[in-house]
Amino acid sequence: MSTVAAPAAKPLARKDFESDQDVRWCPGCGDYAILAQVQRVLPDLGIPRERFVFLSGIGCSSRFPYYVNTYGFHTIHGRAPAIATGLKTTRPELSVWVVTGDGDALSIGGNHLIHVLRRNLDVNILMFNNRIYGLTKGQYSPTSEVGKVTKSTPAGSVDHPFHPIALALGAEATFVARSVDVEARHLQETIRRAHAHRGSSFVEILQNCNIFNDGAFENLTEKESKADHQLVLEHGKPLVFGKNRDKGIRLGTGLRPEVVTLGNGLTESDLIVHDERDATLAYFLSRMQPPEFPTPIGIFLAVERETYDAGVNTQLAAARPKSGVADLDALLNRGDTWTVE
Amino acid sequence: MSPPEEAAARTAKAREALETVVIRFAGDSGDGMQLAGTQFTIETALAGNDLSTLPDFPAEIRAPAGTLAGVSGFQLHFSSREIFTPGDICDVLVAMNPAALKVNVDDLKPNGMLIVDVEAFNDQNLRKAEYPANPLQDGSLDRYRVFEIDITKLTTNALTGSGLSNKAALRCKNFFALGLTSWLFHRPIDPTLEWIGTKFGKTPALADANARVLKAGYNFGETTELFHTAYEVPAARITPGKYRNVTGNSAAALGFVAAAERARRPLFLGSYPITPASDILHELSTYKGFGVYTFQAEDEIAAIGASLGAAFGGAIAITTTSGPGMNLKAETMGLAVMVELPIIITDIQRGGPSTGLPTKTEQADLLMAMYGRHGECPLPILASATPADCFATAFEAVRIAVKYMTPVILLSDGYIANGAEPWRIPRADELPAIPVVFRTDPTDYQPYVRDPETLARPWVIPGTPGLEHRIGGLEREDVTGNVSYAPVNHEHMVRVRARKIAGVAAEIPPTTVSGAREGDLLILGWGSTYGSIATAVQELTASGLKVGHAHLRYLNPLPPDLGDVLRRFRTVLIPEMNLGQLVKLVRAEYLVDAHGLNKIQGRPFKVSEIVSKARALLGAAAGERS
Repeated sequence: MSTVAAPAAKPLARKDFESDQDVRWCPGCGDYAILAQVQRVLPDLGIPRERFVFLSGIGCSSRFPYYVNTYGFHTIHGRAPAIATGLKTTRPELSVWVVTGDGDALSIGGNHLIHVLRRNLDVNILMFNNRIYGLTKGQYSPTSEVGKVTKSTPAGSVDHPFHPIALALGAEATFVARSVDVEARHLQETIRRAHAHRGSSFVEILQNCNIFNDGAFENLTEKESKADHQLVLEHGKPLVFGKNRDKGIRLGTGLRPEVVTLGNGLTESDLIVHDERDATLAYFLSRMQPPEFPTPIGIFLAVERETYDAGVNTQLAAARPKSGVADLDALLNRGDTWTVE
Repeated sequence: MSPPEEAAARTAKAREALETVVIRFAGDSGDGMQLAGTQFTIETALAGNDLSTLPDFPAEIRAPAGTLAGVSGFQLHFSSREIFTPGDICDVLVAMNPAALKVNVDDLKPNGMLIVDVEAFNDQNLRKAEYPANPLQDGSLDRYRVFEIDITKLTTNALTGSGLSNKAALRCKNFFALGLTSWLFHRPIDPTLEWIGTKFGKTPALADANARVLKAGYNFGETTELFHTAYEVPAARITPGKYRNVTGNSAAALGFVAAAERARRPLFLGSYPITPASDILHELSTYKGFGVYTFQAEDEIAAIGASLGAAFGGAIAITTTSGPGMNLKAETMGLAVMVELPIIITDIQRGGPSTGLPTKTEQADLLMAMYGRHGECPLPILASATPADCFATAFEAVRIAVKYMTPVILLSDGYIANGAEPWRIPRADELPAIPVVFRTDPTDYQPYVRDPETLARPWVIPGTPGLEHRIGGLEREDVTGNVSYAPVNHEHMVRVRARKIAGVAAEIPPTTVSGAREGDLLILGWGSTYGSIATAVQELTASGLKVGHAHLRYLNPLPPDLGDVLRRFRTVLIPEMNLGQLVKLVRAEYLVDAHGLNKIQGRPFKVSEIVSKARALLGAAAGERS
């Protein structure tokens, strides 16, 4: 999402975005790191503080607005995209952010998520994915892996999970990205890009719930393993990963990705080059799942399409009479009228 | 010369003056009966009569042709005096096929005029209408004045040489019926000719065909030997002013636009299509020149959610729906009560539960509006009484929502939403201004500091420097608005929210009682029963009975003087199109032993039903006293 910058009176700092409320997430929760990166990025965006609005649904992640000293609205489970639609459509000059989780966005709020994405409302959606229900104390979520043993699934869950990136792409999103709670710089950069994008920006943030699903993304975050399990997407660059930068992804048989080791005649020119404007490639990348493949992080897709709010306001502006003032009397008297003396 | 002038020049036929006429057009849902009825209504309005309409159509867009399920009807009551209902019983029935006859004939009064398309009474259609024998031939219609007219053939004859296919030509039959009835009741057909020209402007062949058939119907009335008399219903004496015809949904749409204009704020409608509310969405979507936003949401929840978001941003925000949608919106209404933002939830009630009777009317959502949310969750409730009244109630709902910073429910129903009546058009500057003040002063600002008089919290919209704050569905601490689970604070906040809504009673004008101001029987109503009750009370008082009528626009809170009004009468009767909902509220609130009159048939009360119940109650009361 991009919003026209207005000159701020004085430079804003991180502390300007810290509210006076005590942060009440569990100690060690990944949400702290995400909050910190957002608070670091916001002052640099050139937008006065009063123009930021953080909306959320219900869940651990949805407490986020209370901790950011901007306008904020902690709404109903799953419904933040709907509330954002009314706000952003009528107040397009605001910078509107939706903070949500895997249960809030993909389970109870699945319908609103797909529709806000297809409409391309100019908002930033930060979806914290910890693959578990935290606030209700540990039930499996729509992103939990099959066989997940939780309080509500003692024999293991049997339902297949969503892949949020693939879902967002299928919903015609124009900006789809993934980052990780503890990858501070990557997360900051992803948030900046999401903000700069005009249209719905969907960012899946892999987030550790140290109470109910600790270590869900350990391979991705631990120093010794992450290079082999993360594939950092960079526009225009070949898909290379690994501790020694010696592994890559090329097109295998059919349209399947294949992990190859560079050397023995294989060079980077044999690998797929990332193009964040290519929706087909983005979907291809979204299907790459561990353990067979590294987990791609970065921007899967960033394409331009008219935003819903711009489209609606363009229609309204076109309908506005030249005088600037619509005539209520003329409206009330429209059609066949008659006078009784 | 236009056809009416031609006819007047040639006519040798008698003209008889009537005070009031009820006519019903009935046919297959594909026969264009709603269109014929609507155009007849416009002609009638321009003739200066008071009028009231009742469209009645099936939920299926096109049920199998010729079947009983597929019958669509449009009833119009017009008069030279003031009227309040579409009429209990018809003077004239136009039946385009046997099924239409069968479904409607019981509502035709003895010696009433029955106009049928005789060619439609063939074996196949008779079988579909489950007639063992042709009713035109078995004497079963002897108590009516039957006019057997070959509308089908006359229509196709009129279109000889038009180049239209037979199928296309037959679609014009409704205009023949309209032309004929326009002649019969001396209605001007010029407005319909104009309408045809506009509607079919892009297909001149169709415009020409419909105009030809309309005139053919009109001229047939003049020349045929079947009719010896045409009728005149002189213009009504009604309050002077400029009028137009409105349906309830159209009036509500205009009321919302007018309110937003008088509040100098943009109007935002979030809505999901649902019968019988969708016409408000359709109409408002054409008012973009007034800065009206219409958002067709992915579902009912998103519709109200988006409205609440727009209200947070400072718009006049509304959502429109019917019963099933009300169920889905309940959680967001609760949030709106908690965060104290103004939105209007308009419920065009229909027969329930579940999908129920989607195109038929009912008043069974009152208790849901009162209590259908978890927790202590009060909000103001208003109800529209007539199609034209939907304008005033929509406007008033916005005024109250904004003044008290609260969601407001506006109840209408399928009867008045689709029904039409003349509406005296107000001048824009006659409408009260709706003051909207967004707080911008950061000094001592707290999100839940309240206006001492209304208890409303300040409306602070995003974008206001220095007043950044967070709201949400968790219980708030008084004044600061911080999240608070403190037991005593919760009770305090529950009581404050209740007190704020109770305080809306200060807005309610004294209750008007028409008919007897005190006496034997008060008929208390709300919503669309207005017309039937008003007419019944006129009839009862004319016969010397001490009967009064009070009608509630405000259902929560109730008018402060209602208890006194109730106690001025020995007996209270509450007619409702439900199993008795207002009667429960009145009994609970005032300990008055009110009687119910309940009808749950998807159709409004007949005047006679209310009159006979009132007479029975008065008779019983007299018996007890004697």
